[in-house]
Amino acid sequence: MTHSVENAMAMMTRTTRWSHWETLFWLASLALLPLFPNKALLFSQIAIMGLFALSLDLILGYAGIVSLGHAAFFGVGAYVAGLMAKHGWGDPTLGLLAAASGAALIGFVTSFLLLRGSDLTRLMVTLGIALMLFEAANRFASITGGADGLQGMMVKPVLGLFSFDLFGKTAYLYSLTILFLLLILARRIVYSPFGLSLRAVKANSLRAGAIGISSATRLVAIYTISAAYAGVAGALSAQTTQLVSLDVLDFHRSADVMLVLVIGGVGWLYGGIIGAIIFSLMQDWLAGITPQYWEFWIGLVLVVLVLVGHGRLQSYARMLIHAITHKGRVAHPDQRGTS
Amino acid sequence: MTAALTTHDLVKNFGGLVATDHVSLSIAKGARHALIGPNGAGKTTLINLLTGVLQPTSGRIQLMGEDVTAISQHSRVKRGLVRTFQINQIFADLTPLQSLGLAISERHGHGSDWWRVAGTDQGVVAEAVETLTQFGLGDVLHIPTHHLPYGKQRLLEIALAFACKPQVLLLDEPAAGVPEEERHDIIRILKSLPADVTIVLIEHDMELVFSYADRITVLVNGGILTEGSVDEIAKDQRVRTVYLGEDAHD
Repeated sequence: MTHSVENAMAMMTRTTRWSHWETLFWLASLALLPLFPNKALLFSQIAIMGLFALSLDLILGYAGIVSLGHAAFFGVGAYVAGLMAKHGWGDPTLGLLAAASGAALIGFVTSFLLLRGSDLTRLMVTLGIALMLFEAANRFASITGGADGLQGMMVKPVLGLFSFDLFGKTAYLYSLTILFLLLILARRIVYSPFGLSLRAVKANSLRAGAIGISSATRLVAIYTISAAYAGVAGALSAQTTQLVSLDVLDFHRSADVMLVLVIGGVGWLYGGIIGAIIFSLMQDWLAGITPQYWEFWIGLVLVVLVLVGHGRLQSYARMLIHAITHKGRVAHPDQRGTS
Repeated sequence: MTAALTTHDLVKNFGGLVATDHVSLSIAKGARHALIGPNGAGKTTLINLLTGVLQPTSGRIQLMGEDVTAISQHSRVKRGLVRTFQINQIFADLTPLQSLGLAISERHGHGSDWWRVAGTDQGVVAEAVETLTQFGLGDVLHIPTHHLPYGKQRLLEIALAFACKPQVLLLDEPAAGVPEEERHDIIRILKSLPADVTIVLIEHDMELVFSYADRITVLVNGGILTEGSVDEIAKDQRVRTVYLGEDAHD
């Protein structure tokens, strides 16, 4: 009996363990800096976009909440960090904490609007909230700088030690570190009983309620956490570019992050990061070839991805990664299915 | 002795339609109480009112002598009022072990833990394994539930409710859709449920009702037609007319 319980525990926690490819992934992301030193600014933008998409994955992938207004939280975080840096509170860590709190507060308050209603309702409500924040930032130009952007940010060195350089080296290492730490935290959250209950609510909220799970409190909690994550991404963007404009709240940002997440795959945490890499590199590369029409190709990729089916492409990629990390021993498809 | 579950003049209107018509029920502790009635008799509405999915237009519901009319579904579950569903409501991509783990963690108040990995609480896993084994699901602990055969899903449906340690368990057509050869498993499980758990059985299958229940309430058009022991109901001419005369398996 005890043996079977131990066995069951091992099976339950098996898929949550840190895997080889993850170590490889993070080492590779560190190695990028010495390999392509003049691309550090691009890499830091990718890390920030990855974090932003990760925040969307927390609600979309794990709780099934669709949002077309996630830029609201990115923007709030960016303005909080930007305004702090402008008014003499330029310590980056402090800025991140304040941005996370500010975005979390807005997320918490607005989450109650998402508890009822269909996906369409949620799309419209999130879109509406982002539009309202955009216009509010536009209206209060005396505080936000409006369309001209926030002027005069003074961001201090990270931890008082590493000042931001022109090449984006500090920016990248800083953004990457925050992304890494928040990914670790996100892993803990989604693999926990709380995370499992989110999946249950997503799969069948009727039954979740019937076994005593309060869907509402779970959704409020994860939406608030997701907003905080997006706020941190916004703050990183503000601090590393020393620039905040209305663009941080713009609709295209909400649409882009959805695109990024769909490209990388919803519901496995790394989807946002992988999507950000593919999206940014494609954007960078295509913009070089066809500066005016790169969005055409992004659009084409999106259509193909959705039609071919993401799961299939993703499992090919996983088989490939698995084959590389396990020297050619390709996992049987059925084994992956039970994870 | 207070009853396990009582309703007082329970009414539910949907617009002009009276779905539940002044239903006053009293279900004794440890009873095996069946609710029967033809289609449209209001059985589903009644179960939704009892569990808190719907709010009554008027009337009261008491669980173990306590008024629960106003409290939410999940709070009623925590007080011991649990249901199963006529159509399986299971978590498709979770395993039976994960599903029961959720129910058990929730009951212990650990369902919101976010700092530890699910499956690391030995007490919860041990209880989940024990319950699943008892329900004949010990060999499919780790298979995502949508891959399970229908009969096993049906057992999981009941196991999930049982894992909530109900004081009152509402079984909504537990044998619905189960092929003849697998019905025995369901019936065996139903008969093995602890005697102190009050069971309310909503069922179309007369054979199961007459062999399992000790009291029967007959619903017609949202109201109670009659209530009595198995023998009384079997002999009741009105019941024969409105219900038993019809094809039980629509």
